[in-house]
Amino acid sequence: MEEDGGVTKKFLYVNRRAPYGSIYALESLEVVLIGAAFEQDVSLAFIDDGVYQLKKSQSTDGIGMKNFSPTYNALGDYDINKIYVDKDSLEQRGLTLDDLMNLTWEDENDNYAEKPSISLVNSEELAVLMEQQDIILSF
Amino acid sequence: MTLHTVNKSPFETNSLETCLRLVRSGHNVLLFEDGVYGASKGTRFEALLTEAMQSCKIHVLLPDFEARGMSIDSLISGIETVDYAGFVNLVTENERVQAWL
Repeated sequence: MEEDGGVTKKFLYVNRRAPYGSIYALESLEVVLIGAAFEQDVSLAFIDDGVYQLKKSQSTDGIGMKNFSPTYNALGDYDINKIYVDKDSLEQRGLTLDDLMNLTWEDENDNYAEKPSISLVNSEELAVLMEQQDIILSF
Repeated sequence: MTLHTVNKSPFETNSLETCLRLVRSGHNVLLFEDGVYGASKGTRFEALLTEAMQSCKIHVLLPDFEARGMSIDSLISGIETVDYAGFVNLVTENERVQAWL
């Protein structure tokens, strides 16, 4: 614990549901953004149908629901730049990295260079990532 | 004739697989809400859909498909798109609706 009382823990948000069909995806995003205000070490994982949350070109005009996909672009501004996508889940769904939104963040230690936030990970890498966390929240 | 509706992703539940196993020749299947992911090309369910279409008709609710970032280009060929009015027509044209929740 630091002198000012601040404790930084490693948080992983695990997202396994598609957007719109249930409220999980939107609620997860809300919690992530609220949590970001507490300056924790945040990572996001997208597994199973969760990978659909990051699909490009979402357009909800026809279903009368808010298209919340642009909000993922704001994560970089909240210093959330560790976004892990399960490669197997993506491949099973016939998708590649090009089908996902191009999420980026600006590296202030590198002249504000824009860098990609999304990393594709395999099962082993995902397992290691989970083991490194203090807290895992599942949606 | 029966209209079978599937509203869950085939990766989340086995509703689509069970539906297509039990659907009878000439029946209609409608994929909507998260069920629309089953209508997209390149998933491990594509062959299953293509085979089912030899004996029954498969429809997808386009507003739900587009909401999820999918375009007509990525629709498995042979699947017909419907809008909300088309959904209602399917319900009235069939004698019953079997919802695969």
